[in-house]
Amino acid sequence: MTTETLAESASEEVAPEKEKMVLIAASGDLDKAWPVMILATTGAAYGMDVTVFFTFWGLHILRKPGIGITGEDWRQKMLSAFSQGPRLSKLHFGGMGPKMMKDLGDDKGVASVQELLELAQGMGVKLWPCQMTMDLMGLDPDHLIDGLDKPAGAGSAISLMKDASISLFI
Amino acid sequence: MADLIVDARNLQCPMPVLKISQGITQIESGQTLELVATDRGSLSDIPSWTRDLGHTIKEQFEQDGEFHFVVQKG
Repeated sequence: MTTETLAESASEEVAPEKEKMVLIAASGDLDKAWPVMILATTGAAYGMDVTVFFTFWGLHILRKPGIGITGEDWRQKMLSAFSQGPRLSKLHFGGMGPKMMKDLGDDKGVASVQELLELAQGMGVKLWPCQMTMDLMGLDPDHLIDGLDKPAGAGSAISLMKDASISLFI
Repeated sequence: MADLIVDARNLQCPMPVLKISQGITQIESGQTLELVATDRGSLSDIPSWTRDLGHTIKEQFEQDGEFHFVVQKG
């Protein structure tokens, strides 16, 4: 090992631990998913160690495109059938609202949720799907986009938030 | 003249901050980059990011509706 690499590894050892930011994404609504991903990427741009924990409808942000009805149970199937596509929490208008907001985003140069997800992954943001809600909703890891962290639970989320300087439930 | 130009024109929040955070990794301490943005939120966001991350704004001006920030890496 050269002196230089030794110096590098020594400086790595004394480097202060990164500040942590934890976001709980509990909604699949476009007007919630968007700020989740905006804050996650900006946290990473601030040099923070960012984890987003996706639970309940928030898991739908991570669904691969084209994933239709999921689950074995008729109730799971119904839930997934009626939750296709992003919604707006207000002014949904049977899908017109989200379409209009996405088109506006394109016109105004706002990065889409999908683009921000990819950026977040590139910036080292950890994306955790919630195991319990995956089971509840009949979602398999195959239904979700690649590059996610292992599914985890509330204990892992609390363990992270306990030491995080920013924790938000969105 | 800055050591690196970062073009964030026609990109909205949070892209200018993401762009400058990527740009700053490409220069050495003491070198400068110039971020050009059209997002009006940058006027608040870029100075905050720069201060919080320990860098310095050497120059800031508006030209033809574009906001320029010359940032020296700390």
